[in-house]
Amino acid sequence: MNWHRFASPSNFKRLSARIFPWAAGGAALCLGCGLYQALLVSPPDYQQGQSVRIMYIHVPAAWMAMFVYANLALAGAATLVWRHPLAEVAGRAMAPIGAAFTFLCLATGSLWGKPMWGTWWEWDARLTSVLILFFVYLAYMALNNAFDDATRGARASAVLALVGAVNLPIIKFSVDWWNTLHQPASVMRLDGPAIHPSMLWPLLAMGVGYTLLFVVLALVRIQAELIERRLGALVQARLSAEPAA
Amino acid sequence: MIGRASFEAHDLACLRGGRIVFRQLEFRVDAGGLLVLRGANGAGKSSLLRMMAGLIGPAHGALLWNGDDIADDPDAHRARTSYAGHSDALKPALTVAEHLSFHAKLRGQAADKIAAALDAFALTKFADLPARLLSQGQRKRVALARLIAAPAPLWLLDEPTNGLDADSTARLETAIAAHRETGGIVVAATHLDFAGADAVTLTLGERKAA
Amino acid sequence: MNAAFALIARDVRLAWRHPNEIATILAFFVIAASLFPFGIGPEPQILARVAIGIVWVTALLACLMSLDRLFQAEVEDGSLDLLVTAPAPLELLALAKVVAQWITTALPLIVISPIVATMLHLPADGYATLLLTLVLGTPGLSLFGGIGAALSVNARRGGALLALIVLPLTVPILIFAVAAVDAAIAGLSPRPHLFLLAGLSVFALTIAPFAMAASLRQAAE
Repeated sequence: MNWHRFASPSNFKRLSARIFPWAAGGAALCLGCGLYQALLVSPPDYQQGQSVRIMYIHVPAAWMAMFVYANLALAGAATLVWRHPLAEVAGRAMAPIGAAFTFLCLATGSLWGKPMWGTWWEWDARLTSVLILFFVYLAYMALNNAFDDATRGARASAVLALVGAVNLPIIKFSVDWWNTLHQPASVMRLDGPAIHPSMLWPLLAMGVGYTLLFVVLALVRIQAELIERRLGALVQARLSAEPAA
Repeated sequence: MIGRASFEAHDLACLRGGRIVFRQLEFRVDAGGLLVLRGANGAGKSSLLRMMAGLIGPAHGALLWNGDDIADDPDAHRARTSYAGHSDALKPALTVAEHLSFHAKLRGQAADKIAAALDAFALTKFADLPARLLSQGQRKRVALARLIAAPAPLWLLDEPTNGLDADSTARLETAIAAHRETGGIVVAATHLDFAGADAVTLTLGERKAA
Repeated sequence: MNAAFALIARDVRLAWRHPNEIATILAFFVIAASLFPFGIGPEPQILARVAIGIVWVTALLACLMSLDRLFQAEVEDGSLDLLVTAPAPLELLALAKVVAQWITTALPLIVISPIVATMLHLPADGYATLLLTLVLGTPGLSLFGGIGAALSVNARRGGALLALIVLPLTVPILIFAVAAVDAAIAGLSPRPHLFLLAGLSVFALTIAPFAMAASLRQAAE
């Protein structure tokens, strides 16, 4: 029976209660160590100087932008194929986190661009692809919120997440292609020679830290969403139980 | 179409917007049968009809045609079902005849019953009139004439007599009787008494009233 | 299949009986494109450089405007229920709606695009390729637009939402269409870009019917 399908997703609750402290502790540890290493210990770049430290915020944010989108697409598939209510909630909960990471990537990219390229915004292929990914996130969130019926919003945005998932590689390809057409290698590539271990470790620590932070934020948001839906179900149940006056 | 067709529901439940509209619903209609749905506003008559048409899925239980779950073969179910909802689904710029012949083609049928459909609802003289010039009752009659223009064994009618005058209601009753004669099944949500004492009545939302 | 052709015929006939709707969209196309010279100055060299981009972007926006009502109108008068309960596959019927939209909107836009291109001083070598890119690219626009239209049925702020959904998806079409015309103007072969453009439309054709049908079933619930 799934009358109050949001009233008792107890399995999720138990699982998340077990994961939560570990994820939160790990996130704090990784981000603390990673930031300390990145901002204080790691050497400045011989070309870019101190501004290279933006990389430790920027690059993992770009990873997360894609990683969260992949999760969104998986949640979308689960919403449409299995009609799993938890997947509906998860998609809704994860999208703003992914959009925030994407925005962080764009903002730090812009900040990094100023000393590197001498301009706040460069139509660099990667930055442009991330910008379009950000637009897709915005469309997802707008669509998710555009209906009075939460399930309809979740299913519609799930379709969009999947359409976006098959389109994003094509968009990435076409933007790369467009960029090489218009800007013959004037932009310095960020992936230069092999990265030195003293820079690699803080970068990886930040990446793991971001991932755990994402897990923590997603769990909190899913819980909040479940409580909100349960509240609605309870109010509805109480009103239905009362004799019609 | 003659034979042992049956349409039934087992332990059917409907969930709309997180609210249970009805549950533990049971009924059975056999070939030639008429099922009349009654109940207060919001009791779920329209939802049940939409569920029967395959537009919404049951939250629980199943609808069976000849014993087979309609969800197992939705294509076959759509082919045998003709749904006439609240809205007339008329395009103001198309004529009455164009609506009927489009509907027949949409349902993969030859457009050779248009004249009969027009005649059944006294629409013959309006055949070439665009829908924007029709009155409310005439619009409803066009919507009902679709049932004749593209025959299907199962008719699902949501408040079919809304906006109809006495003469048109009588024509609808004649059409329903003729359909049942050939072994068709009719499910109608209505507050009017249809001719035929053999109709099965299903009242929705009784639990709430008790 | 006959059901799909009947639906195309019905929609084309409806558009024929409401010529104002197409006229409005064509007027939008011309007016929006002719605003650009006011924004960037009337120098023919500058306009010639950006003409193809303006023609394509404004054609894209004009196409988008007509998509707004593609499925919403069917929902509002109850016709969607008849389409969803018809025996024909909904994927096919949704595709038929898009084909009709393409015939009634994209085709007229293509026909008048040379006029707009002339106003913007598009170099003479670009016209044939411009028409080819529009013929190959607009089906992709209509298909992605159809997905957006189906998803935003009954949504709040449907029109703006439609743009938000569709515009990011159409970036590749825009890129390859403009690149093809630029190549032709520069005396290079536009063929590779045209192939890619056609590929994008074929790709859209493979996913759009399913995405539209899934969205429309949700909308009919």
